[in-house]
Amino acid sequence: MKEFLEGSMAIAEVVKLCKPGVISAYPITPQTHIVEELAQIVANGDLNSQFVNVESEHSAASVVLGAVAAGVRAYTATSSQGLFYMAEVLYNIAGMRLPVIMTTAARAISAPINIWNDHQDVVSLRDSGWIQLHAEDIQEAVDLHVMAYKLGEDRSVMLPVMVCMDGFILTHGVETVNMPTQEEVDKFLPAYNPPYKLDVSNPMTLGPLVDPEYYTEARFALNQTHKEALDLIPKITADFAKVFGRHYNGLIEGYQLKDAERVIVAMGSVCGTIKEVVDELRKKGKKVGLLKITSLRPFPIAAIYEALKNVPKVAVIDRALSLGSFAPLSADIKAVFFGKLKKPKAISSFVVGLGGRDITKDSIKEIFRLMTGKEKQGEFIDLKPELLKESYE
Amino acid sequence: MSKTLFNSGHTACAGCGQSMAARLVIDAAGPNTIVVNNTGCLEVFSTKYPESSWGIPWIHSLFENAAAVASGVESAIKYLGKADSINIIAQGGDGSTADIGLQALSGMLERGHNILYVCYDNEAYMNTGIQRSGLTPFDTNTTTSPIGKASIGNLRPKKPIPEIANAHGIPYVAIASAGFPQDLQRKVKKALAIKGPKYIQVHVPCPLGWRHETNMTMQVAKLAVETGLYPLVEYENGIISTRRQITPKPVEEYLKTQGRFKHLLKNPEEIKKIQDIADNNIRKYGLKVEAQA
Repeated sequence: MKEFLEGSMAIAEVVKLCKPGVISAYPITPQTHIVEELAQIVANGDLNSQFVNVESEHSAASVVLGAVAAGVRAYTATSSQGLFYMAEVLYNIAGMRLPVIMTTAARAISAPINIWNDHQDVVSLRDSGWIQLHAEDIQEAVDLHVMAYKLGEDRSVMLPVMVCMDGFILTHGVETVNMPTQEEVDKFLPAYNPPYKLDVSNPMTLGPLVDPEYYTEARFALNQTHKEALDLIPKITADFAKVFGRHYNGLIEGYQLKDAERVIVAMGSVCGTIKEVVDELRKKGKKVGLLKITSLRPFPIAAIYEALKNVPKVAVIDRALSLGSFAPLSADIKAVFFGKLKKPKAISSFVVGLGGRDITKDSIKEIFRLMTGKEKQGEFIDLKPELLKESYE
Repeated sequence: MSKTLFNSGHTACAGCGQSMAARLVIDAAGPNTIVVNNTGCLEVFSTKYPESSWGIPWIHSLFENAAAVASGVESAIKYLGKADSINIIAQGGDGSTADIGLQALSGMLERGHNILYVCYDNEAYMNTGIQRSGLTPFDTNTTTSPIGKASIGNLRPKKPIPEIANAHGIPYVAIASAGFPQDLQRKVKKALAIKGPKYIQVHVPCPLGWRHETNMTMQVAKLAVETGLYPLVEYENGIISTRRQITPKPVEEYLKTQGRFKHLLKNPEEIKKIQDIADNNIRKYGLKVEAQA
């Protein structure tokens, strides 16, 4: 059913359809509308769920950890500092192989404090062991949540999944959304039935001390599952298409890649802007395209290689930094082609849209303009040089 | 599946008071119990993969979050409609309870979860090598409150966690000791029969950290109670319902059993300060046998 919805309302509604038995969250802008709406849904009796208001994000993550360990589907949401405060628990959830599903409203990191959108929070958590899926628009964010439960809870996976949606732009933006129905979700998503849980009739010890004799293998297995999830994700998106009629690749999405000579690689809502610019430039005969990364972790190395190996000029957009080194997504993309014979002549790296600075069509056009044969390294777009002259003196 | 709820063969030190108390607690709770453990000695010595001492479902996540993980387990159990048939115990040492885990504990108490929290108080971070915690007693020699020309040990008295727990308006708070096993088990059973959040703090000697002989654990634990330094008090709805009464022994009798207090024995001024702490407890809780008359 098509509805005109704010992103957060749409997410709350789709989470309701996934029927988590426990929801726990701590408020942080711009995640709040999602959990407020879920609290109202539970208060109205429209969802049978325990809504646990906690005293911190650390405890929100711990509560959903405990709930999933007890065999019950759970949900949480956070952003920015909250995500960082959860970080210790998030690594733990992944290592314990508990399929918690979380929405992250991607937001900048302090200092300076800033509540607006970029990807520094989520990208910093890329090594946590969580599967990390990035939504371009509200529709995709809605659909990724349904797929996230199916993916994370698959017995061959048993991993937490983070659905990243750009703070404000998608959480507070309003779109026409094709909302799944309860029947569709029930048809697609089976009840959570884990192979291990806290059960008095079958006592298990979860989270033991593991010494050097076994630790490496536990981490190897985690990494291996990530690799295997790369094969499962397209199967899940195909199943999704059968029930819901909407098609996703789940790993990457190419836009006008055929014959493209200049391709921007990006994640999240900026992809919508890039598509518009691509359309405009294509009309003028420019051979440009977009490669959208949906799955940041696991990182679809082979799919990215196939998509870009014949593209002469590639530019990677990062909305985060790895301070003192290459911008994070650009480093990953470059690594895909390391030592390969077929590869782009130039893979440039651009940093744009930090702390909510708008990425306009002009910003994107500027990047296409700067995609010459010469590689650019971490070049900032829309930087205001005059502000850099300010000093204490 | 194991025959008992907490099996021997774990790697606790000889004379470990915490392992004794942990077994007493789980035996009192029975098999329909889920345990959520903070990081610490107990977790380390009882679950070294691929072995486990636990005959009940048991989970460990992190150092400071057992109270929050248990809140999630309890919420899940409630969702499943099994809240009345399953006990949930969150447990940890004094550091993970009084310091790094205090926020999670406070949240659990405030939210009213039906969980018993057990703090095994061995009065320092023993798992990492005897560093002081918020529950380390006044003047104690630990590796981070060492004695020296400018120091006579830990600067501050114990943080009053039972009172902090009580301040949340919870139905049951008790202080117990590994030296009084029947009293401990009675308190665990009583707590589990009450709905809502419960807090029990158990004094558990640590031969390694306290530097006493490994065959002295019970005596040391008893002396702490008998001197008035560790009052065995029980609160129901914030009001004292029982207290173990004593004919108080001088604190020196307790202090001289342990290397961590050795530096005080030739310092009457400091012993007087510790005697004052005991005397204050005796007055405050009415611990003296005569006081009952």
